[in-house]
Amino acid sequence: MEEGNGKLTDHLPPLLRQLKDPLGLGRAAQSRHSARLVPRTQTADKVVQSVCPYCAVGCGQKVYVQDGKVTQIEGDPDSPISRGRLCPKGAASEQYVNSATRAKKVLYRAPYATDWQEIPLDQAMEMITDRVIATREKTWESEDDEGRPLNRTRGIAWLGGATLDSEENYLIKKLFTALGAVQIENQARI
Amino acid sequence: MPGLGTSFGRGGATTFQQDLQNSDVIVIQGSNMAECHPVGFQWVMEAKQRGAKVIHVDPRFTRTSAMADLHVPIRAGTDIAFLGGIVNYIIENERWFDEYVKHYTNATTIVDEGFRDTEDLDGFFSGWDPETGQYDISTWSYAGTEEHTAGGHKEQGAAVSGEQAHGAHGMKLDRGRPPKEDETMQHPRCVFQILKRHYSRYTPELVEEVCGIPKETFLQVAETLCQNSGRERTGAFCYAVGWTQHTVGVQYIRTAGIIQLLLGNIGRPGGGILALRGHANIQGSTDIPTLFNILPGYLPMPHPQAGPDLDTWVGNTSPRTGAWGDMRNYAVSLLKAWFGDAATGENDFCFGLLPRIDADHSHYAAINRMLDGKCPGFFVVGENPVVGSANGRMQRFALANLEWLVVRDVQLIETATFWKDSREIETGELKTEEIGTEVFFMPAASHTEKDGSFTNTQRLLQWHWKAVEPEGDARSELQWTFDLGRRVRRKLAGSTEPRDRALLNLTWNYTTQGPHDEPDAQEVLQEIGGRHADGSFVEKYQDLKNDGSTSCGSWIHAGVYKGGVNQAARKKPHTEQNWVAPEWGWAWPANRHIIYNRASADPSGKPWSERKKYVWWDEEQQKWTGYDDPDFVPDKPPDYQPKKNDIGLDALRGDSPFIIQADGRGWLYAPAGLMDGPMPTHYEPHESPATNPLYTQQQNPLRQRFNRPENPYNPTDPEPGWDVFPYVVTTYRLTEHHTAGGMSRTVPILSQLQPELFCEISPELAAERGIEHGDWATIVTSRTAIEARANVTDRVKPLRVEGRTIHQVGLPYHWGPGGIVKGDTANDLFPLVLDPNVHIQEVKAATCDILPGRRPRGPDVLRLVEDYKRRAGVKVVGE
Repeated sequence: MEEGNGKLTDHLPPLLRQLKDPLGLGRAAQSRHSARLVPRTQTADKVVQSVCPYCAVGCGQKVYVQDGKVTQIEGDPDSPISRGRLCPKGAASEQYVNSATRAKKVLYRAPYATDWQEIPLDQAMEMITDRVIATREKTWESEDDEGRPLNRTRGIAWLGGATLDSEENYLIKKLFTALGAVQIENQARI
Repeated sequence: MPGLGTSFGRGGATTFQQDLQNSDVIVIQGSNMAECHPVGFQWVMEAKQRGAKVIHVDPRFTRTSAMADLHVPIRAGTDIAFLGGIVNYIIENERWFDEYVKHYTNATTIVDEGFRDTEDLDGFFSGWDPETGQYDISTWSYAGTEEHTAGGHKEQGAAVSGEQAHGAHGMKLDRGRPPKEDETMQHPRCVFQILKRHYSRYTPELVEEVCGIPKETFLQVAETLCQNSGRERTGAFCYAVGWTQHTVGVQYIRTAGIIQLLLGNIGRPGGGILALRGHANIQGSTDIPTLFNILPGYLPMPHPQAGPDLDTWVGNTSPRTGAWGDMRNYAVSLLKAWFGDAATGENDFCFGLLPRIDADHSHYAAINRMLDGKCPGFFVVGENPVVGSANGRMQRFALANLEWLVVRDVQLIETATFWKDSREIETGELKTEEIGTEVFFMPAASHTEKDGSFTNTQRLLQWHWKAVEPEGDARSELQWTFDLGRRVRRKLAGSTEPRDRALLNLTWNYTTQGPHDEPDAQEVLQEIGGRHADGSFVEKYQDLKNDGSTSCGSWIHAGVYKGGVNQAARKKPHTEQNWVAPEWGWAWPANRHIIYNRASADPSGKPWSERKKYVWWDEEQQKWTGYDDPDFVPDKPPDYQPKKNDIGLDALRGDSPFIIQADGRGWLYAPAGLMDGPMPTHYEPHESPATNPLYTQQQNPLRQRFNRPENPYNPTDPEPGWDVFPYVVTTYRLTEHHTAGGMSRTVPILSQLQPELFCEISPELAAERGIEHGDWATIVTSRTAIEARANVTDRVKPLRVEGRTIHQVGLPYHWGPGGIVKGDTANDLFPLVLDPNVHIQEVKAATCDILPGRRPRGPDVLRLVEDYKRRAGVKVVGE
């Protein structure tokens, strides 16, 4: 393949160019437009070292960012585990983070409603906070039948996925244990 | 998890992926590593290039099999018979690694005289109580241990047990040694002889009969393993959820543990058991759990039976000897991290404020409470249980019975939209207008939009840095949880209710930054890694104190911020360091990559062989040294002998590599820690087309069942009607999709690569049922019926079992009604029936029927299933 220097290096007609390019992948396929293309990895404002979010092999990723957007994700050759490789899922990570169907707005479905409505994030947080407090109060268990302390609620359950960070899980376990919610569970069980 | 935890001490992979290159034989079983962990599989290929043998044991021929030297098709759900056969082969042919076994395992320990084996009691161990359906495990203990397993015993009796990765609760051992031993391993009640008798009927002929594996093939596997183990050679096992998702899943892993201990393959390069976790942070979610039964670092959640105060709880749930002998240090340091200045010696460090567990409070138990209207609120965060959990119908009925549901995800997944796109809406069983559940959907940040760490399959914490800010309302879980905590605390500030004290005492003031007030994730990691009273960082878990002068959010992570450096964020290229790559990320504990690595040297501290050198005793420097951080007290000489009344690590001898265990040894026989037996025993899956040839007791007697109308079970052989569901059905995943699909069915390129659900069946089964390759097929169980494209292929072989042919149906489980590519959900076919130790569902082996053509639409599908249930005589309790 030609390097992306923005110049056509060979001005011969395409048919003749192909004689020098038997696979038809380099010069023969080049146009004025494609000759000017440069990889997104070259023009990125910054490169951030990351880790693939899919399975637990833990492949290293390099995340390329331009103008505040992720433009490309590639394998990190520095990683002793993956040595630069990514599988189909890891290689599709850019589509995953930039998916057109990514959710960006809080949605609320009222009881018995047939559709969603958008509500502000702050309002949703307040509503959830109120429900946590009310449900906890309503379902609190102070002690068992033998008078031994339980300090808990089984009125609130939690199920977390295993693509959450450990720091996030730590705060979740800490907060929900302090709330007395014992049904705190994870994909790791499943 | 307890399979590894009870065998070796810690619930994590014993080795790391790159170390597979040093193996002389690799057995991959319960895993399709080439397709599900493709990049990790390069290390299997490195080993193969160096001459290692690769064996793949799996119901299906996959790309893993294609790269293996030998593929062994097995009937799903029979791995204990197969692995038990290997144990028997090793013992009968005297192939065990004698010096390793005698010094590093509990083979020589003499067991209580009251112990009776499943061989004596037709499928039960001693202590079975048919009333409670539980074991009293007191007779399983080591002979002469003064209080058997004390508090752990009581705990074992309740439905709370098997949870702790450390098994030896309350075990009291003087000088870390069992009271009675026979170093010749001839005593009839020593572990070695018990093991020998227990597996004596697991002959090659039995393996053939149960697993459908020809005797010659089995012998080839057993012999290859033995030939490639010993002083000069080592072998490794790799497994994944093909082993865990069974009613005997923990015992599968235990059986591999027994093999690896007998062959001397633990703690040595090229050896070990590599648990292949399926999600970026599965291991991390157990280490720093969002699990009901444990606190960070595998400390048990308190329960009423273990005592009201800190000291009683510690005394009842930990042994005095081994690393758990210092449990009070870890517990007090955790309480200091959580409650800060409010935790003092006078108030028991706020131990009394922690909630108590007294039953199974796991995911599936909670779902049952939702169905019963007893649990009104549910948070689902980065998880899609209506597709990913067993019996999806039950999951959806449970969601429809909530007061409120909060779903946080990067995409609008089916768990958030169940009220309008469930199959039960189509069948008329649920109506949108009648579902009273209030649903909040909150967009989440992706891994590129936040700082934090994942712990990969080899216990390695790797930091990922934020690249961009999340858009719109999307937030990280860190920000969201911190915000929720602040709001709840603000509203309850000033409360004098006793129930609010834990919440108000909580240390909850992290530095925030950026446009969304994001807490500093490194500050959270610092809290996890531990500090001294002066604020400086601890270096190792041995620094932790029980007087409140240290704080540490997770003792196994102590030192992850040592020297003020985020150790998990170290990214020194592998080309600039040795093959272990100790300066890339940080592996718990103490950056050890192969754990129990003291076992890589002989009892006198010398490497077993030059070829398998890893960690050894340096006589001149009087310390352990080698390629990895020694998983041992650094200056404890090989001939060290503990004194009477020593506790903790001091109580373990210089030749005890399994430092978490109370006796410092690998457990061939688990005297405590497991609900369903000290040794693995073959039981049939809950639903099976075969009869258990070993015992009248067909299935694991402790398997957890849920008898309710939403959860009918197919009859199992030899019950009448079993042949209405004559085939075995098993699930798996594909390279191009990720579990319940939220992160892959929403990605265009992955959806193009694997656009729809299919089933893999053999040409023989296709002919038997008149199904054409590429056409639709309908798979039926007593739960539901689903449709899939038929992939008729030689990759699934019919097996000869108990004199008849058994067919297996393979199903990937990624699809649901949402996303770019849609399809029926394989998990809807499976019942809730769980492993008693860990409450994991059996979705790797059940029974089904298969028909040509598409499934009926609307309520007609219910009629089809009802017809099957009637023909099979399915009994439903509660109807």
